[in-house]
Amino acid sequence: MTVAAARPAGPAGGTTARRVATGLFSVRTVGIALVVATVVAYLCFRTTAAADSSDAAAFRFFTGVRDWVDANRDTNPIFLFGVNYLRLGVKLLTDAVASGLTGLGFGGLVAVAGAIGFVLGGWRSGLLALAGFLGFGLLGLWDESVETLSLTISAVLIAVLFGVPIGVLAARVRWVGAVLRPLLDVMQILPTFAYLAPMTLLFLIGSPAAVVVTLIYAIPVTIRITELGIGGVPATTIEAAEAQGSTTWQVLTKVRLPMARPTLVLAVNQTIMMALAMVAITALIDGPGLGVNILRALERVNVGAAFDAGVAIVLMAIVLDRVTSAAAKRRRTDWRIAAPVVIAALITAIVGINPTLPEWSFAEPVNDLTHWVEINWYDGTEWLKNTATTILLNPLENVLTTTPWWLFTLVVLAFGMLFAGWRAALIAGACAAGLTGLGLYQHAMQTLANVLVATVLTLLAGITGGVLCARHDRLATVVRPVLDAAQTMPSFVYLLPAVALFGATRFTAIVAAVIFAVPPVVRLVERGVRDVPATVVEAALSAGSTPRQLLWKVQLPMARGGLLLAANQGIVMVLSMVVVGGLVGAGALGYDVVAGFSQHEDFGKGLAAGFAIVLLGVLLDRLTQGFHRAAGRGSS
Amino acid sequence: MKYRKLTAVAAVGALLLAGCSGAKSDAGEADTAASAGSKGTVNLAVNPWVGYEADAAVVAYLLEHELGYTVNKKDLKEETSWQGFETGEVDAILENWGHEDLKKKYIEEKKVAVEAGPSGNVGTIGWYVPQWMVDQYPDITDWNNLNKYADLFKTSESGGKGQLLDGDPSYVTNDEALVTNLKLNYKVVYAGSEAALIKAAQQATAQKKPLLFYFYEPQWLFSQEKYVRVKLPAYTDGCDADAKKIACDYPDYTLDKVVSQKFADTGGAAYELIKNFTWTNDDQNLVSDYITNQGMDDEKAAEKWVKEHESTWKPWIPAGS
Repeated sequence: MTVAAARPAGPAGGTTARRVATGLFSVRTVGIALVVATVVAYLCFRTTAAADSSDAAAFRFFTGVRDWVDANRDTNPIFLFGVNYLRLGVKLLTDAVASGLTGLGFGGLVAVAGAIGFVLGGWRSGLLALAGFLGFGLLGLWDESVETLSLTISAVLIAVLFGVPIGVLAARVRWVGAVLRPLLDVMQILPTFAYLAPMTLLFLIGSPAAVVVTLIYAIPVTIRITELGIGGVPATTIEAAEAQGSTTWQVLTKVRLPMARPTLVLAVNQTIMMALAMVAITALIDGPGLGVNILRALERVNVGAAFDAGVAIVLMAIVLDRVTSAAAKRRRTDWRIAAPVVIAALITAIVGINPTLPEWSFAEPVNDLTHWVEINWYDGTEWLKNTATTILLNPLENVLTTTPWWLFTLVVLAFGMLFAGWRAALIAGACAAGLTGLGLYQHAMQTLANVLVATVLTLLAGITGGVLCARHDRLATVVRPVLDAAQTMPSFVYLLPAVALFGATRFTAIVAAVIFAVPPVVRLVERGVRDVPATVVEAALSAGSTPRQLLWKVQLPMARGGLLLAANQGIVMVLSMVVVGGLVGAGALGYDVVAGFSQHEDFGKGLAAGFAIVLLGVLLDRLTQGFHRAAGRGSS
Repeated sequence: MKYRKLTAVAAVGALLLAGCSGAKSDAGEADTAASAGSKGTVNLAVNPWVGYEADAAVVAYLLEHELGYTVNKKDLKEETSWQGFETGEVDAILENWGHEDLKKKYIEEKKVAVEAGPSGNVGTIGWYVPQWMVDQYPDITDWNNLNKYADLFKTSESGGKGQLLDGDPSYVTNDEALVTNLKLNYKVVYAGSEAALIKAAQQATAQKKPLLFYFYEPQWLFSQEKYVRVKLPAYTDGCDADAKKIACDYPDYTLDKVVSQKFADTGGAAYELIKNFTWTNDDQNLVSDYITNQGMDDEKAAEKWVKEHESTWKPWIPAGS
């Protein structure tokens, strides 16, 4: 994910702590001592894992907030003149985009998409766009696709409209950038699921709320990449412009923005990808489109029906991705050829050529396959699920839930200090304590157990895959497009194969999380291993290393930075998916969130669970990112 | 398309109007009756179980083919559907299970919704076991004996206790409170959906696996396989007043319809039809069976039922339309 790459590495606080530690004993000695101390403390103080109360102060507080908002939504000026206007504005925009797209009609929209693809990216992009949009019709999902497309376009329009200026500001004004950085960090870690309840509280349900949720998910990327692009314009160029007497405004509009153009297009491209990943999930709050099909299929355990909708989303992602990234590379459009194409497209739209297409659905073969797998693999999948649950998941969950909350907080603090620096440790420690403050410690520990098991499996699979891809070029070329497609699938599509194989259990969520998080890990590991300098590899080979020695003694140790970054990314993605697993029996925090927006009396708990997920995410991110930075310094 | 444009125009109008007094939460929603083209659009909430889907299929079919309305079906959970009354996203809920708290909030306090009479279906909720378990352990149908059999129901998900399998987290359920208050050595595990629940029940029957599960009627599955309800302490009036202290069985629910205030005022014939709509559990189970087991989509299932049951639905059609 470019997202991860776009998150700048801040100053590392890790080094001081390490230096202090290493001054007395080696980090390893201290680490071992800490592990021993933790085990002893756990054995002395472990609890009976009393279930979370269903009536914590935090829940009552959030329920109170909900009741207040509900009672004052149509009287309080903040809502009358603020939030409700935002909702109305977004609604107007969404309706306008939707009626624009539907107004073109089937033939018209396909032709216009093709023409836009051609003008922006050449004939290849044009054909791709044409084929992709025809595909929506072939799948029999035209209306749903257009709805999804219009939600995405609306969200991206707003994201670009506000994100680009904010990004420019962040790059030019230092304090704006400094204030925004931690905020954007949190926004990028937030699992998609955690947004939904608070957003429905403010913006109710329906397409405006869906657009706002998608917007919040996507806009950090717009801001980040814009900031990078504007900040990356060479100082000498700016100086030259200033020396010739340009005003600040002229420098911005004539030099900075044009020079940052490729990066800006990349920002749009990434914003679209993020929006597409989120937009399907908004079906939970009455957002229209393909997400509804996927959600319905999930409710009916109909894998095939969801597969069609998933394919449509992937098609949309591929078309939008290719067209925008081709636009970034292309310099000039030859209007002598482009103009007739555009005119032809417009004529198609006006005349309204709407050919009836044959419909093609993957539903039946996919369902047959699923059914076959269910019958023939039942014993195997059941065995796998039960073994993994009893050997891995249950013991871990048991240990975590019986650890008293203060011990957990201390352990997070201590290991954070040692490996990630005092700043990261304090943030992580505060998050750990906050879980108890929200009254959801037990559920948070259950979720954490799922996350840890899924992360271990993800890293095993991801590192194996990444190393294989790095060592076999042919494999890498085959795998790359699969990874591309996998990364644009909306997260809860992955629940379906997992549900079909394992029923509704915690293990299902773990499997889905692994499938979801493996592609970026493979990619980061592959890059890490490939980035090991060729000279080093040659030196090792000429010294007589076997391929196995080369891998274990040279490539993997030298790629440590990349591996740790992969771990950080993997863990954040796993968390966001495990939480969505609340829809299929994974329980704990994810379930609390689902119950929160589906049961009136559980609202407070659901909202608290949303915040608990955020805390857990920040905790895991700080710790692993801290490890990554500290290790980066250590090895350089 | 025309409708979209009109909505946009209406929304701009609403924005201008709202300029004077701020925007209410339903600003931007066009009036149902005002749209041109068809006679109007009806937004039906569809809650996630197939029985409800059957209601919605038949009502939508009649609205479209007999009265000439356009119907928008919205797949929503129960709670979210009620929120839809406030925003104007939802005109009608066709099968409401109790929800006294929501009725108080949206009907009495906010006055955005009104009751539209019973749907004719009687709802029951309870705990069930497959028939083979009753044959083998005859006293299992009394809750007093459940602890004795808790070991049978252990699964990977129930943490050493017996498993009580529930459905969708959004369903009406007191099970967590019941397990606590009846001091049962059980854990409530959520299957996540009706389909997952049914799959588990069918597996339990086919492979003789122990299963204790939350289930409800009307439900087509009972016409195919036999499941026996476990007796919980009898329901008495008001024993479910405090949600946290419930220790009694579920009451029988008179399932009813709820519509938005606006729809009741301006919905015309569509509102009349929804108000008149009432049928039996057998009717609903038949349509559910068409949808689930006979490979028909909602539209086809409704069409088949409508063709064969004219005497049932004729009285729903309002006079003069």
